[in-house]
Amino acid sequence: MPPRNPLRSLSLLTLFSGAALALTAAPPAVAQTTLRAVMHSDLKIVDPIWTTAYIVRNHGYMVYDTLFATDASGQIKPQMVDNYDLSPDKLTYTMTLRDGLLWHDGKPVTAEDCVASIKRWGAKDATGQKMMSFVKDLQVVDAKTFRIVLNAPTGLVLTALGKPSSAVPFMMPKRVAETNPNEQISDFTGSGPFVFKRDEWKPGDKAVYVKFDKYKPRAEPASGLAGGKVVKVDRVEWKAIADQQTAVNALLAGEIDYIEAPKHDLLPVMRKDANIKLVDWNPLGNQYAFRYNTTAKPFDNVKIREALLYAFNQEDFLQAVIGDKQYYKECKALFVCGTPLASTKGMDGRLESNFKRAQALLKEGGYDGTPIVLMHSTDLDVLTNLAPVAKSLMERAGFKVDMQSMDWQSVVARRAKKDPPTQGGWHAFLTSWVSADILNPVSTAFLNSSCDKALFGWPCDTELEKLRDDFARATDPAQQKAIAEAVQVRFTQYPTHVHLGQWYQPGASRKNVDGYVTAPVPVFWNVTKTGR
Amino acid sequence: MLAYLGKRLVATIPVMAVVAIFVFSMLRLTPGDPASIIAGAAATSQEIVEIRARLGLDRPIIAQFFVWIGNMFSGDFGESFFFKKQVAELIADRIEPTLALALTTMLLSIAIAVPMGVVAAYRQGTWIDRLVMGFSVLGFSVPVFVIGYILIFVFAIELNWLPVQGYQPLAEGFWGFLERLILPSLTLSVIYVALIARITRTSVLEVLGEDYIRTARAKGLTNYAVLMRHALRNAAVPIVTVIGLGIALLIGGVVVTESVFSIPGLGRLTVDAVLARDYPTVQAVILLFSAVYVLLNLAVDILYTFLDPRIRY
Repeated sequence: MPPRNPLRSLSLLTLFSGAALALTAAPPAVAQTTLRAVMHSDLKIVDPIWTTAYIVRNHGYMVYDTLFATDASGQIKPQMVDNYDLSPDKLTYTMTLRDGLLWHDGKPVTAEDCVASIKRWGAKDATGQKMMSFVKDLQVVDAKTFRIVLNAPTGLVLTALGKPSSAVPFMMPKRVAETNPNEQISDFTGSGPFVFKRDEWKPGDKAVYVKFDKYKPRAEPASGLAGGKVVKVDRVEWKAIADQQTAVNALLAGEIDYIEAPKHDLLPVMRKDANIKLVDWNPLGNQYAFRYNTTAKPFDNVKIREALLYAFNQEDFLQAVIGDKQYYKECKALFVCGTPLASTKGMDGRLESNFKRAQALLKEGGYDGTPIVLMHSTDLDVLTNLAPVAKSLMERAGFKVDMQSMDWQSVVARRAKKDPPTQGGWHAFLTSWVSADILNPVSTAFLNSSCDKALFGWPCDTELEKLRDDFARATDPAQQKAIAEAVQVRFTQYPTHVHLGQWYQPGASRKNVDGYVTAPVPVFWNVTKTGR
Repeated sequence: MLAYLGKRLVATIPVMAVVAIFVFSMLRLTPGDPASIIAGAAATSQEIVEIRARLGLDRPIIAQFFVWIGNMFSGDFGESFFFKKQVAELIADRIEPTLALALTTMLLSIAIAVPMGVVAAYRQGTWIDRLVMGFSVLGFSVPVFVIGYILIFVFAIELNWLPVQGYQPLAEGFWGFLERLILPSLTLSVIYVALIARITRTSVLEVLGEDYIRTARAKGLTNYAVLMRHALRNAAVPIVTVIGLGIALLIGGVVVTESVFSIPGLGRLTVDAVLARDYPTVQAVILLFSAVYVLLNLAVDILYTFLDPRIRY
């Protein structure tokens, strides 16, 4: 027997391993009506009242329904409510639910459920708390009817109950809504168009929703977050893909159907692919903001805060982060351009990088050269380049800036601290708001100027608070607009933050998926999928 | 041997204790507050304080440490701050993808690297040797994510042979399981093939110069028998050491690959937990990694006695 060639044996071993590698199966079977989406974040928490995180709000729109909703033109429309009326003295709303509304466990939705849900949301959400300050009583009239009795007229009831973004007043069964608002719910029964598959939910992997066959949509066509929520796919899977490039590759390969928020840098790659389309699902977009800590010197001085309204310009920030003019817009209106309360009143000459004026204000305010501790978030693409631009513009205006880089979660933790900036506190940071959250003086959280009760930065101004209160009481749109303008003017005298322009985030979709609803929140009713 | 095993297992206790103290302290010293993250953007200071109290983070750090250690001794790893799930359950969900990825990578690496190293040693100085060493240098030099993206581009997007991302549990079908592991395993194995091939070549080369190899050849043994029975077996100790350490490093170091291929394994869980400052999860996962590391080292030491009868404990 001839001696065995050791190399041949080794080669065979290698070939065998190679053959194992070559065993490639066909692509996984894809149910025609399973829509796979990569959202902006993984779903880790599932109580949309307990947290204001946008991904949880999006989950809320899948599983729960709302009494009212904001349509495509920004108007509040009944959703679960069939009809409602306001008493002549404007002190009592009577609301009747639509016929046929069911929870996912098959039980009917009742007025009792809705009253309990309003109470839980009203205890947690800032706009809800404001609305509840006008509520004298919530009365159940019968199984489908309830009353909201007010202690004073307010235009806030429908605005609050139909608010599109966090925290949305989602309706839950009474047994769930009676959960302490500071505790997370553990029963995920809703009455929305999709049922949450708790058994298939794997944080870090996927969240699964299936069509709720017994959901009764409104007869009107879908419009914004209002109208008929007609589900046209059997199943929606939110896939958690942390790496953006991988998500784009998966979309190009047809493994997923939709990416909610692809990086702007990656849009050209997708634009070139014949099977991909970009979807402008949120025409209101987002707004960048520079937030001061008004309790820390020198930002306790309004003149020094005002100097930044002159030193900054929006173009530099937007160009540095978004880059493509198609996806950003300079807008001096505090309450978002293209919305009913948009106005430029009081903003003349501001946000134009007038460094001379900024320097004069610094001198007037007695700025002593204290370095400004500017927190620089480094791990979120849509925020990373903001702080360096702010630093540069501030230095040109005469500020000394100590920019400290950290991950976003460190910013989140540190911004809650009231310690002096040299001892672990802060002077300023930059962030972004979904425009739907800042459409009026009450919902704009950065305008809350109730001192210690306000959001981090803790502005303290009785005049702004009085104007916000007046807005809440106003019932006439013209009156509301006038008050919103007054708020904006007061904002220029007592700046709580600086708004740095609007930007837009298109989604990316396979071309065989259609029917995306244009709304401030990505939703999956009305969406169709054909073939692969 | 049993006495040695017992001693080594007892010695793991102080190691694990040091790791526990270190991980716990580092997490508390790292900037970031889980309560602020959980509360969301619009939360007031009061809400954050309430959440902190509910999570037990308002207690002194020493008290938090002893509560955690006490629970660990009773087998309770705690509840994740974010996922509202027991940490043990989270780890159980994520361990299969990581183990599957680590094992297929190692099997693939051994199957490719050991023959490559032996061939390179047998053909020392030839073009085959230079090719193997060239590949080895390349494998060490190219970052894992670059290899991952190149493989995805070629095999998933251009050729459409394999999926871009994801993981399918073995219980849901073998082929679905395997096809999703091929690209990540190939990606990860490049560096291990480079490492093991290099070590194998060096060890085999060293052994091939020994007197007993010359004796074996003089006895008329075939080249195959000389290489496999005498050379490779005697060169095995350093190779097994590298493989053992490689498995331990793989289990703890698959983060990048799991991210690039979107595999919901322990690496991704660790990163998510660190970013969210989910203390119970990070603590448990790091302790698990440490235990695996210690036990693999022990397994390698024991394996030495089978490979080299001169080694006795």
